Amino acid sequence: MNRAVHDRGGWPTDAPIDRSEHELADWELLADGLVHALGDHGLMNVDELRRGIESMPRAEYERAGYYERWLFSIETILGEKGILAPGELDRKLGA
Amino acid sequence: MRFDPGTRVRVADRPHEGHHRTPAYVKGKTGRVERVHAAFKSPEARAYGGDGLPQQPLYLVGFAQRDVWPEYRGRPGDRISLDIYEHWLEDAD
Amino acid sequence: MSDHDHDHDHAPITNGDEPPAAARARALEELLVEKGVISREDVRRNVDLLVSRSPADGARLIARAWVDPAFKRRLLEDARAAAIELGLDPGPAPVVVAVENTDRVHHMVVCTLCSCYPRGLLGPPPAWYKSLAYRSRAVSDPRGVLEEFGVELDENVALRVLDSTANIRYLVIPRRPDGTEAMSEEEIATLVTRDSMIGVAHPVRPAAVTA
Repeated sequence: MNRAVHDRGGWPTDAPIDRSEHELADWELLADGLVHALGDHGLMNVDELRRGIESMPRAEYERAGYYERWLFSIETILGEKGILAPGELDRKLGA
Repeated sequence: MRFDPGTRVRVADRPHEGHHRTPAYVKGKTGRVERVHAAFKSPEARAYGGDGLPQQPLYLVGFAQRDVWPEYRGRPGDRISLDIYEHWLEDAD
Repeated sequence: MSDHDHDHDHAPITNGDEPPAAARARALEELLVEKGVISREDVRRNVDLLVSRSPADGARLIARAWVDPAFKRRLLEDARAAAIELGLDPGPAPVVVAVENTDRVHHMVVCTLCSCYPRGLLGPPPAWYKSLAYRSRAVSDPRGVLEEFGVELDENVALRVLDSTANIRYLVIPRRPDGTEAMSEEEIATLVTRDSMIGVAHPVRPAAVTA
């Protein structure tokens, strides 16, 4: 059966586990704080966070860093809810 | 709660579009209820803005690793346990 | 900063070491604060909460369980209530459940679907715990993973993997190392590592500590 991109248990891989330690960068802590702040306000729950992550195209999901997936999910979920307008964040970035 | 600890259960092997928390590797596999947790709001509904009610009973279900992986390399007594919602379980006794 | 005309605000220029996501995160916060959706204080409070917990907190639970069998029973029965006894509250959700390593079984914890982890007791998970490689192999080849982590199990010990797929977070109570009988609870706590509470390491043995 097909499995979704996030469903990794037993996924064939030869990759060794990279055990190097990484302190979370400020922007990663910020992403984490954003999700939980949105949760406190009832605007995004953990199941929506996960569903948003799971909606990433496969290649993007596998290439993205952990908190990059969280940002993708925030934009997806808040976009669905009309809290973020299409392209609004890109405009904010001056892209 | 439908299942007592010790009950043999089979994980449903059905396609499910959209968010759910039953990994592919245990679908269709048979194991035993090891713990009965409380009931929780359904993540499948909550993921799409639903309230997730009524709450769904959650079970810790254990499997022999060699029943899950055809090429498992380890000991016969090795096990794997997952938390699975009641509506994904069928009585296998 | 370059000189150019622009009639819009943009996020501060990032330093060269940061990924594009860093600017995106900051711009997102600015936007949501401007819209009154959240406040900066909301974000700070949650960040503070995340970093307020560390493996040292979990180690205190383990050390107390090792020296006090009745506390261990309470920890196994209701981990949150036991944590509160020591002034540590992981909160009501998600539920934390402690599992005990014995001379017959060794536990190892993973979240194959994402990265569920007892953050409320241990702080943020290590990067490797969230990696695709660990999430894949911890369930299908856990003994291979333990080899990679340099862990040996005794001959008759079965390996039990826990995949945190729902609202429960698992905390491993490792086995108390030999030679710790004369140590204080505080000293014993220093032997309990984060990785031993995930199940990919044994606690430190006292000979190594006193060297």
